Amino acid sequence: MPFKFYLFIMEKLTPVVKRIPNLQKAREFTLKISEKTIEKTEEASTFLTDFADVILFMTRMTKETFSRNFEFKEFLRQCFQIGYKTLPLISVTGAIMGLVLTLQSRPVLVDFGAVSMLPGMVAVSLIREMGPVITALICAGKIGSGMGAELGSMKVTEQIDAMEVSSTNPMKFLVVTRVLAATLMIPLLVLYADALGILGSWAGANIKGDVTLSLFFLQAFSHVGFTDFLPAVIKTFFFGAVIGVVGCYKGYNAGRGTESVGIAANSAVVLASLLVLIVDMVAVQITDMFVL
Amino acid sequence: MNTGQTENTVTTLSKPISKEPVIEISNLKKSFGKQAVLKDVSLQLFNGENLVVLGKSGSGKSVLIKCIVRLLNADKGIINVLGEDVSKLGSDGLGELRQKIGFLFQSGALYDSMTVKQNLEFPLQRIRKNLSKKEMDEKILEVLENVGLSDALNKMPSQLSGGMRKRISLARTIVVDPLIMLYDEPTTGLDPVTSDEISSLINDVQKKYKTSSIIITHDMECVRATADRVIMLQDGEVYLEGKLDEFEKSTDELIKSFFK
Repeated sequence: MPFKFYLFIMEKLTPVVKRIPNLQKAREFTLKISEKTIEKTEEASTFLTDFADVILFMTRMTKETFSRNFEFKEFLRQCFQIGYKTLPLISVTGAIMGLVLTLQSRPVLVDFGAVSMLPGMVAVSLIREMGPVITALICAGKIGSGMGAELGSMKVTEQIDAMEVSSTNPMKFLVVTRVLAATLMIPLLVLYADALGILGSWAGANIKGDVTLSLFFLQAFSHVGFTDFLPAVIKTFFFGAVIGVVGCYKGYNAGRGTESVGIAANSAVVLASLLVLIVDMVAVQITDMFVL
Repeated sequence: MNTGQTENTVTTLSKPISKEPVIEISNLKKSFGKQAVLKDVSLQLFNGENLVVLGKSGSGKSVLIKCIVRLLNADKGIINVLGEDVSKLGSDGLGELRQKIGFLFQSGALYDSMTVKQNLEFPLQRIRKNLSKKEMDEKILEVLENVGLSDALNKMPSQLSGGMRKRISLARTIVVDPLIMLYDEPTTGLDPVTSDEISSLINDVQKKYKTSSIIITHDMECVRATADRVIMLQDGEVYLEGKLDEFEKSTDELIKSFFK
C-alpha cells in the first residue's frame, strides 16, 4: 500500500518537477518580482514626498498670506495681469458660449412650443454651470500656464534665489500675490463672461427670431434666483484659488533645466483643469444638499 | 563704458588685508541623495581679501557659497558669517545677515519683468528703507556709473548683452553696500575682453566698497587678476590652499593642469 502510494505521488509529481527544471527561470522570476517591488516602493515614496511638498507649500503660503508687510503693489500688478489682460479672451469665449447654447437649444424648445423659455434656460445654464466652469478652464489654460512658466523660468535662471538672498521672501512676493489675485479676479471674470454670454444669447435669439434686449434680459433674469447665483459665485473663488496655487506650486518647484519650464507650464494646466472640475463636482453636491 | 573709464570713476583705496575672519567654515558636508558634493570643507575668508575658490566643474564650488547664504542647508559642519552661526539663525536673523552679503549669480539672475532701474530699486526699497526716493535714484546712478552702464537705466534685461547683464547684476548687488561679496563664476560665458573687465570690476568693488569676497571660478585669467589667496577644491575637499604664486610654482599634476 505505501509503495503504491509512493508510485502514485511520484507519478503526479514528476510532470510538475519536469515543468520547473530550469532554476535560472525561477531565479529570474524572483528577481523580476524584487525589482517591481523596489520600483513600486520608490513610486509610493515619491508620491508621499510630493504630497508632503504640497502640504508644506500650502502651509508656508497660508502663513505668509497673514504675515506683515503685504506686497500690495505686486498684488495690484498681478490683478491687472490676471484680470484686465484676460478680458479679451473671456469676452470672446463668453459671447460664443451664449450664442452657441442658444442656437443649439432653440430647435428643441421650438418643437415643445417653449421658445419663450429660451432666455431663462440660457441664463440659468450660464450662471450656474457653463459660465463658471468654462471661464475657469480657459483661465487654467492662460493664467495657470503663465504662472507655471514664469515662476519656472525664474527658478531656472536663479531669479527666485536672487530674490531670497536680497532679503525678499519670494513666497510672499511671488506666490501669495498671484494666488490672491487669481482668487479675486476669476470670480469677476466669470461674472463678466456670464453677462457677455447672455448678450451673445440675445444675438443668437435674434438670428431666427426678433426680441428686444430689454425683454430678453427681463425674461432671462425672471428665472434666475438667489440660489442660482450665490453658490455659483462662491465656487468661482475656489476655482481661482486652485488655479493660482497649482500654477505657482508647479512653477516654484520646477526643476533646474529649461525643459522643466515646459513641464511646469503643462502640468499646471492639466492639474488645474482637473481640479477645477473636481471642485465643481463637490460644489454641486454641496449646493444640492443645502439649497435644493 | 570700458574698464578704463570704470577705473576712473572708482576711488582706489588700497586696504591691507586683516587677519580678522569674516567667514569661517569648519568641516562642511553636503550631499544630494547618495552623492556627496562637499565631504569635508574648512576655510576662512579674512576681512578685505579676495579668496578665489578654484576647482573642476562639479567639485562643489557653487554649493559651497550657496550654503554660506543658506540657499542650501548644510548637512553637517559650522558656517560662521560675521560672527553668526548661519545654521542657527531664524528667518529674521537670516534676512538681516543676507542684507550684508552680496551674491552675484552665474546667470546674472536679473528680474526679466523689470527694467534695469527697477532691478536696482528692488533690493534698495527692501534693505535701505530709510532712503528717500531722491537718495535712491542717486545711489542707483552712482553704482551704474561704477559699472560703466549709466545709460542702461531704462533698458529691459532682454536688451542687454551677457557682459552688460553681469555688470548690472553686480550693480544690483553692490547698491546695498554689502560687507561680503560672493561671486559665482563671474566670467563664465563671456569673451576674454569682457571677462577682463569683470575681473577689474571685482577689484574695483573690493577697493571702493571695502568688501571681502569669495570668487568661485575656473577661469585662470580671473584668478590671476583677482586672487589674494586661492583654495582648490577637488572631490568635495580642500585640495590645496595658498597664495597664487604657490599654485603657479606647484609641481602637482592636477594644479599644473589648471595653471599651464
